[in-house]
Amino acid sequence: MNLPDRKGHFGEFGGKFVPETLMAALSDLEKVFYSLKSNKKFKAEFDFYLKEYAGRPTGLYHAKRLSAHLKRLKVYLKREDLLHTGAHKINNTLGQLLVARRMGKTRVIAETGAGQHGVATATAAALFNVQCDIYMGEEDIARQSLNVFRMRLLGAKVIPVKTGSKTLKDAMNEAMRDWVTNVHDTFYVIGTVAGPHPYPLMVREFQSVIGREARKQFITKENKLPDYLLACIGGGSNAMGLFYNFFNDKNVRMIGVEAAGLGLNTQKHAASLNKGEIGVLHGSKSSILQDSDGQIKIAHSIAAGLDYPGVGPEHAYYKKIGRAQYVCVTDQEAIAGLKLLSQTEGIIPALETAHAIAYLGKLAKRVRKNSSVIVCLSGRGDKDVTSIKDLV
Amino acid sequence: MNRIDRKFQQLRRKNKKVFIAFVTAGDPTLKTTEKLVFEFEHAGVDIVELGVPFSDPMADGPTIQAASQRALDGGVTVKKILQAVKNIRVKSQIPLVLMTYYNPVFHFGLEKFFRAAGQVGVDGIIVPDLPCEEAVSLMKAARKNRVATIFFLSPTTTKKRMKNIVRDSGGFIYYLSLTGVTGVRKGLPEGLLVHVRQAKRYAKKPICVGFGISTPAQVKSVARVADGVIVGSAIVNEIKKNLGKRNLVKNVSRFVRRLTNNV
Repeated sequence: MNLPDRKGHFGEFGGKFVPETLMAALSDLEKVFYSLKSNKKFKAEFDFYLKEYAGRPTGLYHAKRLSAHLKRLKVYLKREDLLHTGAHKINNTLGQLLVARRMGKTRVIAETGAGQHGVATATAAALFNVQCDIYMGEEDIARQSLNVFRMRLLGAKVIPVKTGSKTLKDAMNEAMRDWVTNVHDTFYVIGTVAGPHPYPLMVREFQSVIGREARKQFITKENKLPDYLLACIGGGSNAMGLFYNFFNDKNVRMIGVEAAGLGLNTQKHAASLNKGEIGVLHGSKSSILQDSDGQIKIAHSIAAGLDYPGVGPEHAYYKKIGRAQYVCVTDQEAIAGLKLLSQTEGIIPALETAHAIAYLGKLAKRVRKNSSVIVCLSGRGDKDVTSIKDLV
Repeated sequence: MNRIDRKFQQLRRKNKKVFIAFVTAGDPTLKTTEKLVFEFEHAGVDIVELGVPFSDPMADGPTIQAASQRALDGGVTVKKILQAVKNIRVKSQIPLVLMTYYNPVFHFGLEKFFRAAGQVGVDGIIVPDLPCEEAVSLMKAARKNRVATIFFLSPTTTKKRMKNIVRDSGGFIYYLSLTGVTGVRKGLPEGLLVHVRQAKRYAKKPICVGFGISTPAQVKSVARVADGVIVGSAIVNEIKKNLGKRNLVKNVSRFVRRLTNNV
């Protein structure tokens, strides 16, 4: 498989749906990215920062007590939560900042939901001495105050977004508007495998280190491939990072866990793949939550990082061709998942990640005995502790 | 030849330039929009752009974002807007162009949308988040129903893409005065008039300039070089100022008259 094609299409999904002003910037980015992708010096530089600065490789940890609790499943956790800044997001922002630097851009902008991508962008921007502005919905600012403080401490400006649902979707609109205005000196650091081509490809490239390491580590420990891969999906970058290098391993089943919020039969969820329809949002064609008139619906999830009505186009493609399965977990179940991992393994996961943990219980009920699974432990839960303390 | 082409031809013969007014359809109601179109025609507007509101208008500044929200809050849908066009056509043959984002059109169904649009008398379509590379199916459906596809030229457009944009555009070409979103600006961007002259020499199709043009003086200087001038946010601002007033249509049309006097 060699997707996306040169126009950025994954089958019928993906592409470049942006204002004319951005077309030149995207084609510049494409040129630079395709040339750097196979550039040994760039790869060495990226690997250096991943290793020495971010803390790669991350461990593949056999969660014995959690596995015992689940009985039929042997669970391995890919510990992205142990990376610098506490989530997988840093893999991507280091990569994109290196690209931005090569392109001579003096300012970066980003959107953020949970604040993890904002913090990771602010971190990389501080490291490479680039001006950094982060767009964040007002509602997210309220529920992720710790990350807002971290971004400011790192020297970034956090710009509150007051339009629409005041969450990730609106932050992305505002970042796009900034980019279209300041495109001559500004690089837009998109945080997930969404947006116009080449972003879904570029973010996958930088995040695929997760699956590359995990595959090797698992083979070393178990002398075989895992039966399942499991990851939470908002835009889908940690999931794509884990899945991509297993694409050709036909016996490895991939499961993405979407946020069902208050329930799939309510209007308050973020299940873009399970409840969405094909459409165009933020630069690409994918599966999107929309009403009968093509207006984008407001998503809901307790996890700010999953609270988005769209999803990366490659996931829509994986679903369409049946390569991955996409399931859902409610807010309530996610909180139970958070508690479960905290109390069995002493690891407090991010609320986003807790969706994947929560699904383990359901998965354990339907698998053959002694099945194995790698869960992408995409982020740690420190950021969520204050907002959930009344719910736990 | 559709109404847009005819309009340009007529005015060219009189050595006049085209004035294009934008309003968001259904801001504050579709009845008001219909009345505005009639009054605009009397006030010297040559073409009307009707904004079909979208929940996530990423190419629009705060003024048109708010207008879109007002229209959506009022329950406007694509179907209702097409009905409004049909109502307008009973009394007026002014060229009408719909400006929207891709998702509402795509979701409606390209074939179905353009069949309906052609039937009610829509003359052109502008989709700011749809570059011509992704517009193959839309162009096919639009052409079949004699709806012109209007694409953008931006200050950042490369020579290579310019060729395709000019080739794919019908009616006129929308020249972006600046890199950025819609909205009122204090002055015209530096070098604009030179750029427009260059584009005109190259394109051999009518070039209309929009984004950030709001005052009579700005209209006047752009009209000197371009084939047409597009004003949006400034008009939408007038609508906002007159919300709830009985003479909204009259006041906004009076404002528009001051602009059309300068083309």
